[in-house]
Amino acid sequence: MEETILDVRGLRTSFFTDEGEVKAVDGVSFSVPKGKTLGIVGESGSGKSITSLSILRLLAENGKVVDGEIRYKGENILDFSEKKMRSLRGNKISMIFQEPMTSLNPVFTVGQQISESLTTHQGMNKKQAMAKSVDLLKLVGIPSPEKRVTQYPYELSGGMRQRVMIAMALACNPEVLVADEPTTALDVTIQAQILGLMKDLQNRLGMSIILITHDLGVVAETCDYVAVMYAGQVVEYSDVRTLFRKPRHPYTVGLLKSLPRPDADQEKLVPIHGMVPSPFNMPKGCRFAPRCPAATDLCREKLPDLFDDGEGNQVRCWIYDEEWPGPKEVDVFGEKRIAQG
Amino acid sequence: MLKYIIRRVLQTIPVLIGVSILVFSLMHLIPGNPAQIIAGEGASEQTVRQIEERLGLNDPIHIQYFNYMSGVLQGDLGNSVRSGRAVSDEIATRFWVTVELSFYATVLAVFIGLMAGIISAVRRYTLADTAIMIVALFGLSMPNFWLGLVLIDWFAIGGDWLPDWAKLRPSGWGDSWRQVILPVITLGTGGAAIIARMTRSSMLEVINQDYIRTARAKGLTDRIVTYRHALKNALIPVVTVVGLEFGGFLGGAVLTETIFAINGMGRLTVQAITQRDFPIVQGAVLVLSVLFVFVNLIVDISYKLLNKRIDLN
Repeated sequence: MEETILDVRGLRTSFFTDEGEVKAVDGVSFSVPKGKTLGIVGESGSGKSITSLSILRLLAENGKVVDGEIRYKGENILDFSEKKMRSLRGNKISMIFQEPMTSLNPVFTVGQQISESLTTHQGMNKKQAMAKSVDLLKLVGIPSPEKRVTQYPYELSGGMRQRVMIAMALACNPEVLVADEPTTALDVTIQAQILGLMKDLQNRLGMSIILITHDLGVVAETCDYVAVMYAGQVVEYSDVRTLFRKPRHPYTVGLLKSLPRPDADQEKLVPIHGMVPSPFNMPKGCRFAPRCPAATDLCREKLPDLFDDGEGNQVRCWIYDEEWPGPKEVDVFGEKRIAQG
Repeated sequence: MLKYIIRRVLQTIPVLIGVSILVFSLMHLIPGNPAQIIAGEGASEQTVRQIEERLGLNDPIHIQYFNYMSGVLQGDLGNSVRSGRAVSDEIATRFWVTVELSFYATVLAVFIGLMAGIISAVRRYTLADTAIMIVALFGLSMPNFWLGLVLIDWFAIGGDWLPDWAKLRPSGWGDSWRQVILPVITLGTGGAAIIARMTRSSMLEVINQDYIRTARAKGLTDRIVTYRHALKNALIPVVTVVGLEFGGFLGGAVLTETIFAINGMGRLTVQAITQRDFPIVQGAVLVLSVLFVFVNLIVDISYKLLNKRIDLN
């Protein structure tokens, strides 16, 4: 069994608004093995970004982790003091964000922004930190780093800025890098470069990556494990091969069916009908039941747990439980699944 | 950038010409014959004729403007019709008093405004924030002539802590801080309120930016995030307001100077108006307007310089 660096169990994060409590994340569990990449996939509003912000405890003021555990090397960081948490952020666990254009402070130079992590966490003086910043820019493949280090963000392109963000995140050799849609705002060729860079740096530095994305293509290329999120919950967690070869949750099956694949002999893409439920009006049972072609009364009444298949793969669907009331062979978006019961 | 500065400087030329025409027209916009007004009700026709002759009022109007402007460009703003002294001399002694008063008022407004705005933003939606914003609303709504009178009543007459302005020599401006403090508060309060509100809203806007989240994700303390990362960005729009406030104070000093009997440009203008001393009014308004145009020019250029990095996003 691989060493687990980060283990999230039963995470619940809510936002308290004037209209009431919004359960943005409602029962999320996954673990991140050392040196591996976990992908968190889901539609917009499925709670994947909130999950990542919960890990760093960087939620907006009205957001709060109401339940669950986030264990980093066995310790629950939700119990950490703010001071201890700060010593983790940008140091042991760091993060890169979706929008490279707005994620860098416009009034500080690239070098100043990278140095800040180093002077804060590693006790370097400004000169040492600047020298290290140049090395880091070189590491992330920025040409003429000595010149770039003195430039302001507006002088850099989007791809360059994302490289700077990565350099900043890697400054203190973190053990976990949380990347929240790092390539969404970039064009396709730059996307491939950034993902390649992250993979390469992971191999060299041995860190774990949590990659948040809605792009299954990116997942297939870069991840070792995948957690699929739907309406604030993890509905399926497995290794990447299993997920793409034999997805089990109807939502995952639907997602893959809605994706054009050059290798499959498909005539039409199969859409998932309906819409993601409103966080103010969640279905009582399984959250995917209203859109699921195989839903039974049990699905509509009772929320399934995450069922483990004994090999570390988990799925939140009644089909794979003994209580399943439906037929033995279930048709899910045109694919056959054998029920457990 | 240089192109922008040159363009911006060139743009002030038509503005200045417009200002000079307006100022020049003052004398002619007032109903009746200016010479008659200057001479007074009971003056003989001969006196009026002499004044007309002396002021060149019989020339065509564009010749009069041309003569006036060629004088202005050589530093000759004409002579006071009351004292006979050169207008430029009259203004020179008072100019720095007004600039000094406006400068101190700006310093006060910036100091109080920034502190209040930052506290408000950092402790948003708390009692402190609400209290500061209510006080700021008062500061903004109070007419400064009223504030000036209340301050005199409380501190000079009632409290006896500060000198009674009514008894001070008008030329005594700047003899001691005790003399300066109330006028500066009177003039600066409104500006402080505006700067406080501006700083607060600017800070609140900046705090929600992505780069603030990035700074927090680096593990920086709230202090550093607020005072280094947020404040530096939040101050950019505030700088503009500070510049405009300074320009506003120069003109707004009229009331404050009158209340506190300070012999600045404002008081000079008011006196000249009551005495129908047109050359002084023209000269004073022209000087203040030109100064205001230049302050605005500097504000525009500095804003462009500060904002360059963000602008090009």
